Amino acid sequence: MTLKTEAVGKEWPATTYEVGKEKIREYATVIGLDNPVHLDREAARAAGYRDVVAPPMFCVVYSAPALAPAMFDPEVGMNFAAMVHGGQEFEWGEPACSGDEITTTAKCLEIYEKDGKGFYVFETVSANGDGDQVVRGTWTNIVRGV
Amino acid sequence: MAELNVGDEIPELRVTPDKYLPHRYAGASGDFNPIHIDPEFAKAVGLPNTILHGLYMMGLVARAGTEAAGGDPKSLKRLSVQFRGMGAPETEIVVSGEVKSVEDGKATIDVVAAQGENQTIRNAEADVQL
Repeated sequence: MTLKTEAVGKEWPATTYEVGKEKIREYATVIGLDNPVHLDREAARAAGYRDVVAPPMFCVVYSAPALAPAMFDPEVGMNFAAMVHGGQEFEWGEPACSGDEITTTAKCLEIYEKDGKGFYVFETVSANGDGDQVVRGTWTNIVRGV
Repeated sequence: MAELNVGDEIPELRVTPDKYLPHRYAGASGDFNPIHIDPEFAKAVGLPNTILHGLYMMGLVARAGTEAAGGDPKSLKRLSVQFRGMGAPETEIVVSGEVKSVEDGKATIDVVAAQGENQTIRNAEADVQL
């Protein structure tokens, strides 16, 4: 079977997410991060941040919603029953702090077949209200038996 | 500021996620895929039981990389991982790593997350600012 590749290059509408202090605390606690810059406003400011700062991997909280419509797009046509999250890369820029409104766009970078598996590679780019890039994510999903 | 040299091993991070950790991670992250929180669903799709979120384990890898660089969250500049073996709750995760290169105040660390012999995250590379 040949993979459908017409979705390569497609972009989906942007999503926005406002980062909140208690959501950062919830995430940091689950990961076991006890650095007070994630939990305490004064500690964060003393360390040079505008406000409580999100741990780097908190980026999944604000960037994944932009990816959801891409994953379910019939033009992409991923077979979820046979899909695994194969790889992930994030490259961080400006830190995300409580109060930041972050806008994320998603794009399909590549769809290709290798060793009988389908590789679906998406990119998300997230920027804060000043237009500074906060993170760029590359999400690789692998579908067996295409 | 942390000092890292090529060949240094970073401090090992050992975490044993309890039975309900995937529920808390689902709430914190917004990823409620039932393979992580519903044993019946997980078994129905051929898994041995519920499995850990890959991005939770990547969060632990990010934590280990950040701590190796001295603890400031903005020191982690890039993290790239491959998810391979499935992670299970109630089993110890060991995150270990070795400094591969140091250049212009930036170090690249090779990182692995494993449960026993099962490497759940491999070929991970963390770039940190020193």
